[in-house]
Amino acid sequence: MHPARSIILFTTLSGLGFGLLVWLGIDAQAPTGWVGFIFFVIAYALAGGGLMASTFHLGHPERAIKAFSQWRSSWLSREGIAAVATLIVMGIYGFFLVVFGLQISLLGWIGAALALVTVYTTSMIYAQLKTVPRWNTPLTSALFICFALAGGALLSGRVLFSVNLLVIAAIIQVIWWQQGDNRFSEAGSTLASATGLGQIGQVRAFEPPHTGTNYLMDEFMHVVGRKHALKLRGIALILMVGVPILCLLLPFNHLFALLAVVSHLIGVYVSRWLFFAEAEHVVGLYYGKR
Amino acid sequence: MTTLPTSTEKKLGLVIDLDTCVGCHACVVSCKGWNTENYGAPLSDQDPYGAAPKGTFLNRVHSYEIQPERGSAAQLIHFPKSCLHCEDAPCVTVCPTGASYKRVEDGIVLVNESDCIGCGLCAWACPYGAREMDQAEGVMKKCTLCVDRIYNENLPEEDRQPACVRTCPAGARHFGDLGDPDSAVSKLVAERGGMDLMPEQGTKPVNKYLPPRPKDEIEEIDILAPFLAPVAEEPKGFLGWLDKTLERL
Repeated sequence: MHPARSIILFTTLSGLGFGLLVWLGIDAQAPTGWVGFIFFVIAYALAGGGLMASTFHLGHPERAIKAFSQWRSSWLSREGIAAVATLIVMGIYGFFLVVFGLQISLLGWIGAALALVTVYTTSMIYAQLKTVPRWNTPLTSALFICFALAGGALLSGRVLFSVNLLVIAAIIQVIWWQQGDNRFSEAGSTLASATGLGQIGQVRAFEPPHTGTNYLMDEFMHVVGRKHALKLRGIALILMVGVPILCLLLPFNHLFALLAVVSHLIGVYVSRWLFFAEAEHVVGLYYGKR
Repeated sequence: MTTLPTSTEKKLGLVIDLDTCVGCHACVVSCKGWNTENYGAPLSDQDPYGAAPKGTFLNRVHSYEIQPERGSAAQLIHFPKSCLHCEDAPCVTVCPTGASYKRVEDGIVLVNESDCIGCGLCAWACPYGAREMDQAEGVMKKCTLCVDRIYNENLPEEDRQPACVRTCPAGARHFGDLGDPDSAVSKLVAERGGMDLMPEQGTKPVNKYLPPRPKDEIEEIDILAPFLAPVAEEPKGFLGWLDKTLERL
């Protein structure tokens, strides 16, 4: 799959933002006043900024409001609704915290639950696709949720939760990568099944429909990025899990905390880039490519 | 509404005969022509006369080579591919705006272009590459089964079929109701063992493909063989001496 920058930015930033909102919502002593204000600004900048970034790849962003209508069947529609609901509920919760120093815990818990639901709906946009076997697993949702929670814990300064969640997230990530490498062949789609010609003999793509490229080839057949996949996996793991844990285990220092967050963010970005670049769409079979 | 209808009154679709298709791409051209000049946004081209031409097509013809198991000569199969108007169309249910829908009356899968936000998720969900985002218009384009031809009473009756079917010079494309077991297309599918593409994806395509008929196998009878016994393979005389000498060097 073509790794579109706007979508990678969206899943990276908004995952982190909604993760932070979860922790702010369930915090027994949520930050109030200016400290609270800064926390909520960061969360909204990440979550809202990510949502904005995701509209950049649309052909007609001005019609985006229509995307709230099909929640009965569409995970993308559900995501939009969940995201806006989270931002509204947490907005009210945050307003009372920041302005009046008043914590409405019930609202916080509802907002936190909605934030989790939002991350889940995001993951399901990918996990639902049978056409991309690497994504088509419940582990994709576990991966997105775990990284959102870990990143949120990191941003809100919860050392113990961060370390544990980062370790769990790393384990899920490694399993997801390993299983993902076999999922395409396990799913069973081949050039033989795609063309139905397998019964006659060995099928080979002889000529593509056009000499040039097309939308499908640009969107679904991204082969270049996989060359350094293994190295990038290592880099992603070190940046999103290794460096942050090391920074957290050292005596507390604001510089280390910042380093942990920035490193985590870049690491998740690399991992999400691989999420797309390594994913193979079955339509590639028709072109003799994957 | 992007939920799929539980059943449709008709199942209009195409039957494509891989035995007959000659790979002339006339269906590609007529499709592009009709769908650029008629319903919906035109099918744009980018850099059509330049170094890297690219454009939107609703129908593309691939070519595949098959090497049969039993040692006979390789076969070249031309393979037209467009929307299969699946019964369980994954492209419809993923649409967030309701722009994609499957018609209850005839099962045609369509895009309402004024509702499409161009997110591209339906193209991701389609295993067949039947949907292409038009780069000029920013909306998703797909085969409409020439919905503006098949019911069009301004056209002579023989033209009330999809442009690709009407134009095919080899008669490799057939149009009809695949939900009616007595229709010509259904009979053709039954007779020739029409097949689904990627059945493992669970999309239940309406369009069917007729497999190439098995080729005749002629046993190799070479009546001249006895008269053409191989002549001496070992060189003799001067050449033989030269061969041996050069060998020794």
